[in-house]
Amino acid sequence: MASEFHHALVIGASSGIGEALARKLAAQGALVSIVARRADELERIAGEINDLCGEERAFPFPQDVLRRDEIPHLFQEIPRAMGGLDLVIYAAGVMPEVDFEEYDTSKDSLMVEVNLLGAMAWLNEAARRFNKLGSGTIVGIGSIAGDRGRSANPGYNTSKGALAIYLEALRNRVARRGVRVVTIKPGFVDTPMTFGKPGLLWLISAERAAEIILAKARRGVVCAYVPARWRLVSWVIGSIPSFLFRRLKI
Amino acid sequence: MRGGGEGEEQTPDSGPLSAEKLASVAGFGRAVAAAGYVSQPQSVEELQEILEVASSREWKVTLRGTGRSYGDAALRSEAIVLDLRRMNRILSWDRESGVIDIEPGVTIEQMWQSTLPQGWWPPVVPGTMRPTLGGCLAMNVHGKNNWQAGTVGDHCLEFDLMPPSGEVRTVRPDTDAELFQAVIGSFGQLGVLTRIRMQLKRVETGSVRVTAVPVGDLGEMLQRMDGAKDDHEYVVGWLDAFAQGKRLGRGQIHLASYLAAKDHPSPQESLNLESQSLPDRVFGVLPKSKMWWFARFVTNRFGMRWVNSVKYFHARIFERNKTYDQSLAAFQFLLDYMPGWERAYPADGGLIQHQSFVPAGSAEEVFREQLEICHRYRMPSFLAVLKCHRADDFLLSHAVDGFSLALDFPVTAKNRQRLWAMIQELSQPVVAAGGRFYPAKDAAISAQLFQATWREGQLARFSKLKSEIDPRGRLTSALAERLLLPSH
Ligand SMILES: Cc1cc2nc3c(=O)[nH]c(=O)nc-3n(C[C@H](O)[C@H](O)[C@H](O)COP(=O)(O)OP(=O)(O)OC[C@H]3O[C@@H](n4cnc5c(N)ncnc54)[C@H](O)[C@@H]3O)c2cc1C
Ligand SMILES: NC(=O)c1ccc[n+]([C@@H]2O[C@H](COP(=O)([O-])OP(=O)(O)OC[C@H]3O[C@@H](n4cnc5c(N)ncnc54)[C@H](OP(=O)(O)O)[C@@H]3O)[C@@H](O)[C@H]2O)c1
Repeated sequence: MASEFHHALVIGASSGIGEALARKLAAQGALVSIVARRADELERIAGEINDLCGEERAFPFPQDVLRRDEIPHLFQEIPRAMGGLDLVIYAAGVMPEVDFEEYDTSKDSLMVEVNLLGAMAWLNEAARRFNKLGSGTIVGIGSIAGDRGRSANPGYNTSKGALAIYLEALRNRVARRGVRVVTIKPGFVDTPMTFGKPGLLWLISAERAAEIILAKARRGVVCAYVPARWRLVSWVIGSIPSFLFRRLKI
Repeated sequence: MRGGGEGEEQTPDSGPLSAEKLASVAGFGRAVAAAGYVSQPQSVEELQEILEVASSREWKVTLRGTGRSYGDAALRSEAIVLDLRRMNRILSWDRESGVIDIEPGVTIEQMWQSTLPQGWWPPVVPGTMRPTLGGCLAMNVHGKNNWQAGTVGDHCLEFDLMPPSGEVRTVRPDTDAELFQAVIGSFGQLGVLTRIRMQLKRVETGSVRVTAVPVGDLGEMLQRMDGAKDDHEYVVGWLDAFAQGKRLGRGQIHLASYLAAKDHPSPQESLNLESQSLPDRVFGVLPKSKMWWFARFVTNRFGMRWVNSVKYFHARIFERNKTYDQSLAAFQFLLDYMPGWERAYPADGGLIQHQSFVPAGSAEEVFREQLEICHRYRMPSFLAVLKCHRADDFLLSHAVDGFSLALDFPVTAKNRQRLWAMIQELSQPVVAAGGRFYPAKDAAISAQLFQATWREGQLARFSKLKSEIDPRGRLTSALAERLLLPSH
């Protein structure tokens, strides 16, 4: 059954896909709390949303997802500010440039910290709450890049691959209580993360991505590629045997 | 801007705001629910501690008894929900005078079971015995004898009131008339009732003598109910809300009076709890606790049309003017006969009730219009009940000199919006006729409609008291915010 969202939380909402999701949710009538490090950006976005909607619909909560100990408290304050919570989307992510010859553990650990551990810290709280209440939707933004270990950015692949496994495990924990966990795997989306990068196949706008993601979240699907044709690509890439794959430049 | 910055208070691991206190809290009809931090204090001291935390951390508080209000009266999103059921000690009971002192979580059931064996019965009870006395006073409930016995508040001798600031004061009707009449019926907005003193009624037996009278239409129904008031203590009408045209309002009236000792073969025995126990099997076979599961199959428009018709013809043919004796509990708490009956309503929506109180002169016209509106919307009520009332002096009184019609409706994800719209439409003629609504039975009406039923100066008096007793607006509920805030 399709669910309507009234109180949403988007982590990583100061730019790109997260920002587009927050704007779309508010435009559809939901209240939305937005989290990211840059307070000024959050303020600006919230101001624009509220001006556009003619009422307070966006609630900025600046936070660095590396500070995991703050999350339980925020998880109490955010639903209180909005008067409820039925959707949590984790969209925060980083993908630093990594050279082909580069083995930089600090970059890798940052990706794991933000893309994976941050997600676990926020979504564990979401799962705890929703599980207790017997409803709610959790969305994690993974990536098609998490489907296979590729030569270009091992840390990023790892963080996204592990995120997908974590989301699956979470789904299996909470599904029986009526809580939905949706794994989203975008292809290339036009955001600051991909800006200026070469070879962006089938690039879509962040607004389009947000539209698809919300439609999937509403239906509570298990896993969605954004757009859907990436599922085929993933299947093809997944079928390539390792001895061939290591020779390809993808 | 809010943040998770350093020095911020952390979520406590214990106390009223700890994560494990979070729970989904619903109204009796399950059509509305909200997540709140539920605490169950067992003493006035614990209650004070929780109110202190609420105050220092600026959290809203919602009071709750058994949660038998149909709609959103005892819940609110992201508030501390004070579930008072564990404050349920009977503090004193005087079998000579029939005066009982209780904590607010004592239920109607607990109360009559302690007093009936000695010949005392609560003079006013709702149609279920599960509610707490705190909840009953907060809504100022009425029974099937409202026109002659008044409301539960009319039998309250005094109470202790704890405002959010925590210090308790005793309120009596003679010395504190204004506050007394304002608190009773103010749905938990003017403080926590922490102790209640009630006057019970002497009864000679534990039975009532009931007469069942079939009626052919709404006019006859109201006329007969009105005519029966002088000779009976209880009058209640049921009508088949599926019937239309000339048969609109057809149904059955039950008239009852306390049975005198001389008319009972074993008056003393009838006061014993065994004589009052409701049978736990239906037709002697089906366990009652499972009945709701079967009832699901008829709890739809077609099934209920059939059930209502069968009930009507049964009333006409087999029960025509039949008189029989029934235990007080069986007569008063008919709805407790089938525990969990509300679960027979749709799983994705539950039910709501809408009860309108209309002055006698306009009742027939208004109820007729309401029944017709339901037909127009193709959402006839599954259960429709009429009662007789009298006006009273409580500040937020819902009663008028006249009648009330209570209508139950199933809620589904699909009909919800239309149903809510229909409720607004059902309410218009009530407002126009100078009628009232009852917060315990409401989940849907707008602040505008609700406040349109208030008398001159009533809102101002309530607001003044609220700002004196609870200046920070600590006590609230989804209902209070829906009905009071927009023009508060
Ligand atoms: C099957 C059924 C039949 C019913 N029949 C009738 C009837 O015939 N007549 C009638 O009048 N009502 C009737 N009711 C409604 C019911 O009696 C009222 O809703 C009553 O208030 C329920 O009491 P509760 O303990 O469940 O309170 P709740 O529903 O939990 O709370 C009711 C209100 O009381 C407040 N409150 C609770 N405790 C306190 C306290 N200690 N101090 C201050 N405020 C408090 C709450 O904030 C809330 O606003 C019926 C309900 C059901 C389910
Ligand atoms: N763009 C694509 O093509 C693409 C493809 C597949 C998957 N994705 C995934 O989609 C998600 C959104 O990416 P995007 O393209 O929208 O990127 P983006 O525009 O760079 O947005 C990333 C967001 O994450 C936030 N963030 C980063 N580090 C954070 C931290 N330590 N604490 C809190 N917030 C932090 C950022 O906010 P602050 O900087 O203000 O903190 C920003 O709001 C990411 O998970 C990304 O991996 C993107």
